[in-house]
Amino acid sequence: MKLAATDLPVLKPFRATPIAPSGLAAPMILSAGLVAGVAILFAASLAVAQATGPAPRDGAVTILLRWAPLIFQGFLFNLLISVLSMALGTAVGVLFGIGQVSPSAIMRKPSWAATQFFRNAPWLVLLFYAMFLLPFEVRLGPVTIAFPAWVKAIIGLALPVAANVSEIVRGGIRSIPSGQWESAEALAFTRRQTMWMIILPQAVKRMLPPWMNLYAILTMATTLISVVGIQDGLTITRAALVAESRPELMLPMYLMLLLMFFAYCYPIARLTMALERRFNVKG
Amino acid sequence: MIAAFFERLNDTHGLNFSIFYDAFDRSRFLTGLWTTTYICVVSILASLAIGLVGVWIAGSHSRLGRLVVRAYVQFFRNTPPLVQLSFFYFAVGGMLPTVSDGFGGQSPLVSGTGWAIIAFSLFAGAFNVEIFRAGIEAVPETMVEAAESLGYTRFQLWRQIVLPLAFRICLPALNNNLVNLVKTTTLAYAIGVPELLYAASQIWSEVFNVREMMNVLLVVYVLLVAVLVWVMHRWERAMRIPGYMP
Amino acid sequence: MAAKHELGEPVVVVEGVEKAFGAFVVLKDVGLTIRRGETVCIIGPSGSGKSTLLRCINALVPISKGSITVAGRQVNDPALDKLALRRDVGIVFQQYNLFPHKTALQNVMMAPIHVLKQDPAEVGERARRLLAKVGLSHKHDAYPGELSGGQQQRVAIARSLAMNPKVMLFDEVTAALDPETKKEVLVTIRDLAAEGMTCILVTHEMGFAREVADHVYFTDGGVIVEHAPPAEFFGAPREARTRAFLEQVL
Repeated sequence: MKLAATDLPVLKPFRATPIAPSGLAAPMILSAGLVAGVAILFAASLAVAQATGPAPRDGAVTILLRWAPLIFQGFLFNLLISVLSMALGTAVGVLFGIGQVSPSAIMRKPSWAATQFFRNAPWLVLLFYAMFLLPFEVRLGPVTIAFPAWVKAIIGLALPVAANVSEIVRGGIRSIPSGQWESAEALAFTRRQTMWMIILPQAVKRMLPPWMNLYAILTMATTLISVVGIQDGLTITRAALVAESRPELMLPMYLMLLLMFFAYCYPIARLTMALERRFNVKG
Repeated sequence: MIAAFFERLNDTHGLNFSIFYDAFDRSRFLTGLWTTTYICVVSILASLAIGLVGVWIAGSHSRLGRLVVRAYVQFFRNTPPLVQLSFFYFAVGGMLPTVSDGFGGQSPLVSGTGWAIIAFSLFAGAFNVEIFRAGIEAVPETMVEAAESLGYTRFQLWRQIVLPLAFRICLPALNNNLVNLVKTTTLAYAIGVPELLYAASQIWSEVFNVREMMNVLLVVYVLLVAVLVWVMHRWERAMRIPGYMP
Repeated sequence: MAAKHELGEPVVVVEGVEKAFGAFVVLKDVGLTIRRGETVCIIGPSGSGKSTLLRCINALVPISKGSITVAGRQVNDPALDKLALRRDVGIVFQQYNLFPHKTALQNVMMAPIHVLKQDPAEVGERARRLLAKVGLSHKHDAYPGELSGGQQQRVAIARSLAMNPKVMLFDEVTAALDPETKKEVLVTIRDLAAEGMTCILVTHEMGFAREVADHVYFTDGGVIVEHAPPAEFFGAPREARTRAFLEQVL
């Protein structure tokens, strides 16, 4: 039986405007605009400082340029601390992470407890903890290892890093489908073989974005060492401001330091986002 | 009774938990704890508000609005919170006029605590904008289409369908961020805000019980965070939809 | 038609097996005997415990009560040498579960090299032969992500065969495949059975059961309701439940 075609007008569906046309994940053009915007802000504050400064003294730009190399050196020290701390924290954290998924309770419970404890403690308090409670030198027989303040700081920052890496590793391992564990078991692989040959190689890709994110957070946290008396970029910025004692310089000087961190961390953030997208697509 | 126990502990073992038996130390510690809790609560609420406003603007049609929110988010996420705090307290605070404090002196318009709250709210707010955005984008397109075909307007859609779902989706990440905020409040130490870490440091510099105070501090912060996590967990459970796993 | 070769002595003996997950009883007093060279199909509705039974046979899931013997080894014995058991029993899963970060050839070679500690050159030879046998000699260096579902499943079969098992278990291996690719896998299994391998298949493929199986078991609600050679089973089912089930699926 043939259906008669209707000649009533078909109602078109109502197209609501998209909820979140996200300009936040926008392409390169906006990114360049963002950088330009920040640069303009910086330049503007500099110009204001230059204009409002008393005439016979040095211009704001000269002062900034004079201090910039020193502040940059301080900033590089921050980066050094971040790299060393990340390395130490990752090494320890991986072990804790694997311990957290172990079937034996003796491995699992302490790993879990340590991870939770160091994750929930503020980074600054842990830093204080390490600074105050680690000895200033350790004697192993004839050898004396000195623990200068910055080494203690590295250890202090490595603690929360290890806890977060442990969580990342645990999440990565658990995200591997159980079918992989099952088929490895059916092929009589031992648990250690399964973990190191089959599960971890697959999990590493997924762990990379949160790990890089953690590194960015750590880099920014290295400024905390200025609070416990170690010379870093922030300390030098403050010292510079005190030395010059010109209040209108505060804005551009802090902005300069902020810009240095931004210039380092923002590319890392974008790289992380790109990696995340790539791994999500592949599945 | 507790006081006596800790006094004895000090006398016999040298473990000096002075906050338990000394009234002055205890009051300083509790004041610090109160200040920390106050900063945490206000910052959490403010950052949630900032997050919601930010994601609303980011979803609007105004290109300028989107650019501003994007700049704000990227700036506060990629710079150290301590430097942000110093920036606000010293640089911005230094530029604001002072007011007479009634005792013949001049005091700043915004106190250290105030700047701490402002800085932390902006810091956490930036992360919240991202978290809320991810939650909203994770609401399946098909649900939006279904609602559209039932005739919902954009605002109704947002309020009745997208936000409730998005909120449940992003709750774990939000939880994480708020825990981080609680931990970040210790930074207020650096600008002399009399919060918990500051109070503890004052106590240990007088009584020389660094080790004990450190441990007490760690335990208290872990407990604070545990309370927050518990509250969020209860909230998450109250909002759970049976059988729905985003 | 059923296999023409001689059936040997019993190689898998399941007696009085019960399995409960907490309060939920999945298997109730299950017993079956499978002889060497036999091809057995286990059919039944979802949730009837078929897959669990399979996993109990190769000790992936421990049983609550009863006994299972495979090639002379007591599977439910807590002192069981699991490695030895898994050399004798191979299993292929519904979701293939190939290792995605290794090529097809590496997937087949991994277990014999690392678990059985056999010589890599020898294993390589054998792996190539096995892949040729399942019809994938041109796909040695392909990663699982580059293979179709049917191809992946055949690699999974080759991977299990590389361990030289005495018994092969198949857990609904064609359920995740579309009709065209199903056939290539079923053909592979049929050839394997024809060569004399003892095969236990949990499957929904009634046509395959009718043609290739020596014996068919029907499970429902955790018990074996009926079992018979396929001609009898499909032609004249005795139990009402069996009839009801067959009516639904045929």
